[in-house]
Amino acid sequence: MKGRPELYTSYAQDMAFLNTRPKRTWTGALVVVALLVPFAITDDLLMLLATGFVAAIGAIGLNIATGYAGQVSLGHAFFLAIGAYTGAALSGDPDGRVLGFGVTSLPVWLLASGLVAGLAGLVVAPIAVRLRGLYLAIVTLGLVFLGEHVFREWTSLTGGPGVGRPAAVPELFGVRLDRPSEFFSGPQQLYLLMFVLLVIFAVLARNLVRSRIGRAFAAVRDRDLAAAVIGVDLTRYKALAFAVSSFYAGVAGSLLFVVNGFFDPGSFGLLLSVQYIAMVLIGGAGTISGAIMGALFITLLPRITRELPTVLPFISADATGAVTVFQVEAVLYGLLIVVFLIVEPRGLFGIWVRVRNYWRTWPFSY
Amino acid sequence: MTEFLQSLIRGLGSGSIYALLALGFVIIYKSTRVISFAQPAFMLAGAVLVSYLAAEVGFFAAVPIAAVLIAVLALGVERTVLRPMIGKPVFVVAIITIGVDVVVRVVTNAFIGLDVRQVGDPWGLSTATLLGVEVQQRYLVMFGTTVVVVAVLFAFFRFSRVGLAMRAVAYDQEVALAQGISVGSVFALSWAIAGGLAALAGVFVATGAGVDQQLWVIALKALPAIILGGLDSLGGAVVGGLAVGVVESLVGTYQGDVAPWLGPNFALVAPYVLMLVVLLVRPYGLFGSKEVERL
Repeated sequence: MKGRPELYTSYAQDMAFLNTRPKRTWTGALVVVALLVPFAITDDLLMLLATGFVAAIGAIGLNIATGYAGQVSLGHAFFLAIGAYTGAALSGDPDGRVLGFGVTSLPVWLLASGLVAGLAGLVVAPIAVRLRGLYLAIVTLGLVFLGEHVFREWTSLTGGPGVGRPAAVPELFGVRLDRPSEFFSGPQQLYLLMFVLLVIFAVLARNLVRSRIGRAFAAVRDRDLAAAVIGVDLTRYKALAFAVSSFYAGVAGSLLFVVNGFFDPGSFGLLLSVQYIAMVLIGGAGTISGAIMGALFITLLPRITRELPTVLPFISADATGAVTVFQVEAVLYGLLIVVFLIVEPRGLFGIWVRVRNYWRTWPFSY
Repeated sequence: MTEFLQSLIRGLGSGSIYALLALGFVIIYKSTRVISFAQPAFMLAGAVLVSYLAAEVGFFAAVPIAAVLIAVLALGVERTVLRPMIGKPVFVVAIITIGVDVVVRVVTNAFIGLDVRQVGDPWGLSTATLLGVEVQQRYLVMFGTTVVVVAVLFAFFRFSRVGLAMRAVAYDQEVALAQGISVGSVFALSWAIAGGLAALAGVFVATGAGVDQQLWVIALKALPAIILGGLDSLGGAVVGGLAVGVVESLVGTYQGDVAPWLGPNFALVAPYVLMLVVLLVRPYGLFGSKEVERL
């Protein structure tokens, strides 16, 4: 072991949480950097990163169902919505215009929104378990449309289209995290909150997928009939994958709008589902770090395209010119998905693996 | 009774649009095992193309020209984007078609602009009397044209050599290859046919109301139709499409009186409810073939 830090010498080490020393070092360094970032950059970038961290929690969830267990779901937006409304309703003002129960403590509504979305996943599971591949994809797509209808009509909960309702109140131990406190500004607190939550949920997910359950998921993904033959209970694990994925979606959904404080039923359409699929695929299906990379990439993309008009003068910044930023952004989504899947199916994670291998074998990297 | 018949004919009319789109989905699925989510974009592009061509050459010449041009576009997409992906997991390819859809739609939207474009159809919203019931002419035209197109398509698959090749590829790609069939051309041809059908459907959607940027949403209603009928059944696609149209129309007419608590616009999601109910009973749709499970 000594002197050969990049080689596994035991099975236990192969299955360890961070299985090589460089991985341990670099993960530690990344966490430290992420904790120092809020004191170095502006508040609006912090908000964006915080949103990215929340999206990453949702993407990890989708990755558990789609990347690990092979259950293709286009219905992630539906579960995000359930989480968002559960969180918002629980922490909402009891005397307000929309339904609210006034439970503002963050751990309570966060767990509750995860659990409610997870339960919704379990309810859908009996249909999902019977279906495979593209049938499943389209049925979950149907969920999104049904959900959109319900949320549009149930105005006492959702406030109705175009009006919306306030998002969940992030209050921890009696402190409102979205308002400036003695030491930190609001965005700094939200950033740190989202980062800590992301680390917690990423660690949980990583532990889940390297456990017995994770191996069962991978077996179901690779060949479900073969998995059934070696004794994996298909119904149980497919339902479990859906429930866990929905739990993550619920948690992410309840946090997603905390940063801007407001949302309406129109936020949970097909586009949102496609964005999450894009996060998983662009980041790298079947990897936790890939899901995080993909989520940050997709969240930061609009910001990057917004800077384009200064570099490429033929793109106009408002909605009037021949080529607008919004068009460029939409086309970029599409093109990125197409190009990534054709050129690097393992996504950003795959690019990272290639870069790493180049330097690991350097100077013999041909 | 009159109300019921009117609603039924409206449903059959819009159902034939869904049937045309569903046929495109199923034809691509049968030959390549992939669902092309690019169909909505092709449909929109077809409608937009007709709205430009109709002013030049008249509506009846514009429709076939647009259908052919969109077929060529679909063919081009297949050759450049889908061909490198042969042998990759079907889900990945399906997601790529979502990417294609987004790109094509953004480009098309630039041609539409913010206002509604008219396709210049001769029917508009004028009505005719059929069996003592007043119905819009365009629904009759939609239904009639679809019947003809479906008949021609089925005859093509049944009697022509190319149709035979397509059926062979749908049955077993490797065996078809071994018999000297060019599977690549079959893939390309099925994309072209689907593109043409989508363009035709797009024109029908645009009759009466015109083309705007939201037109593509209609194409998504073909999804419950293909699941309802079964992903790999051409007949199922037609039946599913018509069923979705009729259910949507009847729910739209009567749900307000029978079950107002479901909210207005429930008709728009009724096809999805129907799909879920059918799948609970038959996981492979009404006419879809059950996957053979063996090791």
